[in-house]
Amino acid sequence: MENFDVIVVGGGPAGLAAAISAARAGMKTVVIERGDYPGTKNVMGGVLYSRATEAVIPEFWKEAPLERPVIEQRYGFLSGDEIFAAAYRDPAWAGPPYNAHTVLRVKFDKWLGQQAEKAGVMIITETVVEDLLYKGDNVVGVRTGRAEGDLGAKVVILAEGVNAFIAKKAGLAPQLRPDTVAVAVKEIIQLPQEKLEDRFCLEPGQGATIELFGDSTDGMLGTAFIYTNKDSLSVGVGALLEPLIRKKWTPNDLLESLKAKPYVKRLIQGGETKEYLAHLIPEGGYNAMPKLHRQGVMVVGDTAMLVNGLHREGSNLAMTSGKIAGEVAAQAIQAGDVSDQAMSVYETRLRDSFVVKDLHKYRKVTGFFEDNPHFFQVYPEIMMNAARMFFTADETPKKERQKQIMKMVFEHRSKGALIGDLFGAWRALK
Amino acid sequence: MHFLVCLKQVPDTSEVRIDPATNTLMREGVPSIINPYDAHALEEAIRLKEKVGGKVTIISMGPPQAKEALKKAMSFGADRAILLSDRAFAGSDSLATAYVLTVAIQKVHESDPVDLVFTGKEAIDGDTAQTGPGIAQRLGFPQLTYAIKVRDLNDGWVTVERKTEAGREVAKAMLPALITVEKELNELRYASLPNMMKAAKYEPEYWEAKSLPYDTTQLGLKGSPTSVVRIFPPPARSGGDKIDGMKDPQGAAAMVVEKMFQQNIIMTHPLAKGGKH
Repeated sequence: MENFDVIVVGGGPAGLAAAISAARAGMKTVVIERGDYPGTKNVMGGVLYSRATEAVIPEFWKEAPLERPVIEQRYGFLSGDEIFAAAYRDPAWAGPPYNAHTVLRVKFDKWLGQQAEKAGVMIITETVVEDLLYKGDNVVGVRTGRAEGDLGAKVVILAEGVNAFIAKKAGLAPQLRPDTVAVAVKEIIQLPQEKLEDRFCLEPGQGATIELFGDSTDGMLGTAFIYTNKDSLSVGVGALLEPLIRKKWTPNDLLESLKAKPYVKRLIQGGETKEYLAHLIPEGGYNAMPKLHRQGVMVVGDTAMLVNGLHREGSNLAMTSGKIAGEVAAQAIQAGDVSDQAMSVYETRLRDSFVVKDLHKYRKVTGFFEDNPHFFQVYPEIMMNAARMFFTADETPKKERQKQIMKMVFEHRSKGALIGDLFGAWRALK
Repeated sequence: MHFLVCLKQVPDTSEVRIDPATNTLMREGVPSIINPYDAHALEEAIRLKEKVGGKVTIISMGPPQAKEALKKAMSFGADRAILLSDRAFAGSDSLATAYVLTVAIQKVHESDPVDLVFTGKEAIDGDTAQTGPGIAQRLGFPQLTYAIKVRDLNDGWVTVERKTEAGREVAKAMLPALITVEKELNELRYASLPNMMKAAKYEPEYWEAKSLPYDTTQLGLKGSPTSVVRIFPPPARSGGDKIDGMKDPQGAAAMVVEKMFQQNIIMTHPLAKGGKH
């Protein structure tokens, strides 16, 4: 049995970031990945944030296979055929140090895997880890599905993604519940570059993202998104599993319904669907976070439920958690102490970082919107009506029109309820 | 015993596109795999090595990225891998390819005599089935093609079962010999973890044209008397007729039968009495 300092289970952003930081600290590190190569089984919406990535690979944008730097983020509420949208655009985001890029994970993760190999990490592909190896109560390695498949390690980092098979076995991850996991599906729709840039008003090479709420998910807690890649769009929709089941939506029907919306239809017109992807997203947030460590083991990324659904952030939380875990593993191994106590440094550092701070800040959001579904149902309608009335030019005096708008609002939602909503939302988001 | 396997990296699946300008396969962006027939050739070589002892050397001609196929091949338990990679080899047809491989095999043979050469019966991206026999001819080795079973390897002889149009043929040849293989020959293994690790660390040897005594006029496009005139996908088949059976199932059934008669899919038996149907 070959022995390593650090074994990382899973070759996604979390696992590769962990492996890179461990290897850079001089640890003999191996990543075990079930796909043909890192990226083949990895799925996300498609936005990669620069800061967390740069912390792992400085100036990654010079070499990494990125699609487009995001210079505009658009948010829209859909109600029927109508849309109410707002956008922020900063052309400075088109250059270093950037804010975010769109990526295709199959390309990006493959590249990140190569960077890991350059850092000295060994990557074993097409191999499934079946369980942790124990000696007494101590974790001493992993067992893979291959012949003579045991590997020894001082520290195992579990970066196996949302399904968390090994973490569950080890009692480090809870069973997924329909109210803590979202299902997202997306299509990669090919479109010529020029057409794409015209439709999104972009200079050559620049990118934009659109998030759509409200009717895009039939009022369910979730979002739809459209991201611009080099010569394709990532068009997808995700919603919590619980309302999907309750309302009997299949993810595919939801996506088809989105693509048929007038606003979306025009953007993807003439495009050819090249790929269809689906993924579970751990949306349980702070309250569903598992125990992050035990003797000789740390959990990172999706396995640890580190996803900020409200800001559609995930890969950055994954990479940051991976980087910290890799560093903590190296320090612990060098100090000759991989006890639970030593691993707890990982949790402390994670809690001091934006990762857990953000999750903590929004810990009540999911529950709040679940308990108040009218936010995704009544408010979009109120916004549409208000906007339509405000922008319609007829012979109604403006003062009269304002009164009409207020009347319409209160017909949809009483004054008391409005105040209650406002207060509730503020409490959930503060 | 020294087994040598010729192995080619080929584009995966039938999703390969064709460059309309040059009539060549567009390999960019298409995942690459070990030619499936070659994988079975490698498997057989490793099985024999495990049975009778010895070692397995792999040789491949291809672009630098073919290294990946060789590393993967190493994970199944091969001992040495050599990549023949040079711009001078580009565009080689099966004649030139056989020449390139032969000279390399001869070089290996000089320092470490080869007993048995294995190749796949053909590559899935060319379907010529000429390279293996071409190598055997140039090496002066007897060739056993389309092998589906290695029956015996003993006393300087190898006996195989060959797949032929009429059935199976048992043939034997004196070593050193060359065998081209069918997929039925064996089941591919799932590499062991230690071999995966060994392969992950392994760097194939890299041989350029100038490191071997090549006659450069026989390499690449210059050395290739055949060229692909045109590659094109088969014409798309038009959709069939649709007969709605919901309203009038009996009428629909009769219509289907009528159409089948018209197209001679079914016929009235000559001895049948009475009408057509």
